[in-house]
Amino acid sequence: MIVVELQKMLRRPRTWVIIGMLVALPTLVAILLAVTDLGPRPGTGPPFLSAVLNDGTLFPLAALGVVLPLFLPIAVAVLGGDAIAGEAQTGTLRYLLVRPVGRAHLLLAKLLTVVAFVLLAVLVVAAVSYVEGRLLLGQAPASGTVSFSGSTLTQQQLIGRTALALAYVVVSMLGVAAVALFFSTATSSSIGAALGTIGLLIASTVLLGLDAAEVLHPYLPTRYWLSFVDLFRDPILWDNVGRGLAVQLAYLLMFTLAAWANFSTKDIND
Amino acid sequence: MTSVIRTHALTKRYGELRAVEAIDLDVREGDVYGFLGANGSGKTTSVRMLLGLVLATSGEAEVLGKPMPAARHSVLPRVGALVEAPGAYPHLSGRTNLELLDASGPGRMNRRERDQRIAEVLDQAGLDPSDRRPVRAYSLGMQQRLGLAAALLRRPPLLILDEPTNGLDPQGIHEIRQLLLALNAEGTTIFLSSHLLSEIEQMCTRVGVLDRGRLVVQEELETLLQSAGLVRVRTPDTVNCQYLLGTRIDHIDGDRVIVRSEDPATLNAYLVNEGIRVVEIGPYRRDLEAVVLEAVARS
Repeated sequence: MIVVELQKMLRRPRTWVIIGMLVALPTLVAILLAVTDLGPRPGTGPPFLSAVLNDGTLFPLAALGVVLPLFLPIAVAVLGGDAIAGEAQTGTLRYLLVRPVGRAHLLLAKLLTVVAFVLLAVLVVAAVSYVEGRLLLGQAPASGTVSFSGSTLTQQQLIGRTALALAYVVVSMLGVAAVALFFSTATSSSIGAALGTIGLLIASTVLLGLDAAEVLHPYLPTRYWLSFVDLFRDPILWDNVGRGLAVQLAYLLMFTLAAWANFSTKDIND
Repeated sequence: MTSVIRTHALTKRYGELRAVEAIDLDVREGDVYGFLGANGSGKTTSVRMLLGLVLATSGEAEVLGKPMPAARHSVLPRVGALVEAPGAYPHLSGRTNLELLDASGPGRMNRRERDQRIAEVLDQAGLDPSDRRPVRAYSLGMQQRLGLAAALLRRPPLLILDEPTNGLDPQGIHEIRQLLLALNAEGTTIFLSSHLLSEIEQMCTRVGVLDRGRLVVQEELETLLQSAGLVRVRTPDTVNCQYLLGTRIDHIDGDRVIVRSEDPATLNAYLVNEGIRVVEIGPYRRDLEAVVLEAVARS
């Protein structure tokens, strides 16, 4: 079943349009940076963006920092929201269930497919922006990469930490995916499910900017999204990365269970 | 004869609304069972309960001898279903849709067998197996045929079809009817839900009538249509006939006189002997519409 769902995802033109859009924004940023040579001052703007003018190999991380706060979560919300509701809309859900595909099985396959999409999207963004960084941006010697703490990272360390960062970005999307999947079982409109998810993320972002909501901050799904920059401190600052993982796993568990509870007893009327 | 579908007091309520109220279906092996009812009478809800899509409020259902929805994993692979509209991914071809459907569930076929079987069912349903167009380019009738092809894909011994001729032209309806009758002759049991009386009357061996969630009739079609003790006489001499038979006449409909009599032959001899010209005589058969309306009025 998971193989079939992956095939369906890869065969949909929409998947590639979304990935194309995810690539387009960092590309635009790279071109603008290369043409104007105007980076944000260190410590402001998206992470790594000030550094890439010197070292283009850091651009994949800067690109992820650009797409992560908005573009990637919207893409995940759209795909996750479409998971069950989209099948209901095309009238294929009932035929899958009488094929028969178990309901829990179907949910799991859908969730894994969304995760696979995130993985694919992150890898494509990283690969494309690596090439762009090498071609368009700073050509500092690769061994001279400086961590945020001022010390120098070796090439191997850099590769290892970049891989960790990519993995962390994928994990950061698990919560969104589970929320979208839950909404997708609750409505037969995939747009409704996607918008509900995006609404939740916007609420989380608004609360993050509000000091009065500080007690809620550690539990908000978007709180630790950008903590992957801590992986480039020397030594690695694990605190927020660990909390980020815990929050994502908690959202994943909670909303996947809610989706399962809702879907397994639901009357399929569409 | 063994039961293929049997329900006991199967009930579905949505809050106060009683969508299906304590129905006892009995579909036997080899039947073409016509499940009749007006729109909104609960047909689709009943079909969905049989398939485990809608969960019953109370009562039991058995399909192919096993309880549903508990045994759905062993029952459903042997059931082909068309539930209301067909469903397919619009950006893929009909063939690819069938491939994905087959690959989704248990007991998928190997590639060669599958390709061959898909070509076979597409052809059976009246679609061109070499058609590579996406389903979004299909007409309503073609989509309906694709839905039917999907139902036939795994050679199920039981077909549960909800309005299978929706959106088809008269020629298409005729083709599908021939196909279903041929499958039935090979041993497939067919449960056909429809609001079209003529369709049911032409195909079915047994009929169940649903009215506002209740099963008001369930009987062999022949038994329903025959009406014991009535003979239909067609004659130009209706007035004389009326004089002669008096109160034995049930009713007169144009040049048809419906007479209470056990034996058409004796009646014929009597009428001719009395100088009444008989054009046609035979047992009076009611039409299904009258039977259904009567049953609904009684309930």
